[in-house]
Amino acid sequence: MLEVKDIHTYYDDSYILQGINLKVNPGEIVCLLGRNGAGKTTTMKSIMGYNHPRKGTILFRGQNISRQAVFKNVRMGLGYVPEDRRIFSELTVQENFEISFNSATEIRWTIDDLFGTFPLLDKFRHRKGGELSGGEQQMVAIVRALACQPKMLLLDEPCEGLAPVIVGQLSDIIIGLKEHFPILLAEQNAHFALEISDRGYIIDKGLIRFSGTRQELQENKENKKRYLSV
Amino acid sequence: MMNIQKSHSLSGPVLLTILLFIAPLVMPTYWVILLSEILIMGLMAVSFNLLLGYTGLLSFGQGAFFGIGAYSAALMLQAGHENLFLILLAGMLVPLLAALVVGFFSVRLDEIFFAMITLGFGMLFFSIAHSWIDVTGGSDGLPVFALPGLNLFGVVQLTFYAPISMYYLIFVTVLICVCLLRMIVHSPFGLILKAMRENKQRVSYAGGNVRVLRIAAFAISGAFTGLAGVLFCLFNNMATPEFMHWSFSAKPVIMSVIGGTGVFLGPLFGAGVFFILEQIIIQFTENWMFFLGIVLVPIVLFFPEGVFGTLRNKFYKVAGRGLQPPSARGKRQKNEKGTV
Repeated sequence: MLEVKDIHTYYDDSYILQGINLKVNPGEIVCLLGRNGAGKTTTMKSIMGYNHPRKGTILFRGQNISRQAVFKNVRMGLGYVPEDRRIFSELTVQENFEISFNSATEIRWTIDDLFGTFPLLDKFRHRKGGELSGGEQQMVAIVRALACQPKMLLLDEPCEGLAPVIVGQLSDIIIGLKEHFPILLAEQNAHFALEISDRGYIIDKGLIRFSGTRQELQENKENKKRYLSV
Repeated sequence: MMNIQKSHSLSGPVLLTILLFIAPLVMPTYWVILLSEILIMGLMAVSFNLLLGYTGLLSFGQGAFFGIGAYSAALMLQAGHENLFLILLAGMLVPLLAALVVGFFSVRLDEIFFAMITLGFGMLFFSIAHSWIDVTGGSDGLPVFALPGLNLFGVVQLTFYAPISMYYLIFVTVLICVCLLRMIVHSPFGLILKAMRENKQRVSYAGGNVRVLRIAAFAISGAFTGLAGVLFCLFNNMATPEFMHWSFSAKPVIMSVIGGTGVFLGPLFGAGVFFILEQIIIQFTENWMFFLGIVLVPIVLFFPEGVFGTLRNKFYKVAGRGLQPPSARGKRQKNEKGTV
């Protein structure tokens, strides 16, 4: 579904990603684990087309998207939930979803489907995004990505700053989404990520340091200690 | 509840329309002329606010499209075209094309850089109008001697030489344009514009082509501004390069700030305040802009939603008996249910 081959990404002169390789297959949740500043968000943004890599290729559904604009990637089926729950705070919950519907070519989830799947949000349908709690905003951000009718989802630190109870609910939601499409999850919370992922990569200083199945990642205490401070 | 709110939010504009329809029948001619000018500049300001209030783009070059619309009308009339609809249509299409070109180069920039590039384009058009004497008449401008008439179904022939007839031409045109602009801002496209004002990057994450959307908003705004220019040319019997000067482009900015950029009709209200203030102050001094500045500072400081926006919100609070303006509905629901 998604294959990242040796990408090198810069912010101006700063050399951030120094040759990242990763792969996400249909039907799996893959996590990208790393500390703050390791390169997780840059990897996500490179895939999305916000910050194009100077070298390397990104294949999505067999097509090279490494130089493609963000909106084209979204229309191709890459859904993205950015870090910090970046929803439109001045728009209502429903309007947040309608924005995404405008660009979708093939509708698999209607507005009613979305509110039906996430009944909690139905209660807040006409409330402004900025007036919701952190957990609710995160849910809106995820559902907004679903309104783009994605074929794959990129989640960037979804549980950052959320209460443990909410993180638990979020796990259930993400596992539920796995039935519909594969997910690439960037996280520094290794406990949360490894609980729901099938495979994972550890990133540090712009390089993949380790990759393996959930079990291999959980059992490798040295890597967890060295790269994740766990 | 929603229907009551909807009818409540529409009652103000309907009342305003009725008042503006009746006003010239009871007003002295001088005030009819002034009201005509307020409506034209109000249309320019409402069109401009599609950029500032809805898309978050501060353009300092709207005068260029106003001037292009005015020159289109003046040149067509000088060439002997007398079909009013054709003149109005051309006065929208030519500025639309110009705005597409200017927008193509400008919308990739934001904030002060966008303001500066639009100002630059505006002054470019001003220089052309000022220097191309054979076509534009240079600094003297292009006079219009014969105004087009309007043949209604082959029965009635209307002319617009009398101030009251001109007023109704302006009133009907502005009313149609304001209704169209209202439809645009309440459409899915308008929703995306509001989202872009908040954060254009998030719009691209939702699959929106930000550049094309911004160019479209810029072109629509330019087309309606151009139509305001046509009306002003007919009203003023003249198209001059001054319409394209940056100081003219600043007028819709000031009007929108006075009225309120967050309210659809705020800039129209701001145009009214602008001209009425001018009429009052000019009785005492010629340097009325100095006093306008004195008035503008407290408005910006104490009325962040503009005079009209603040008054409207106060009206909803005091007289609304629990009804809230659309922009405050979410807040109300939160108060009802408590903190989440």
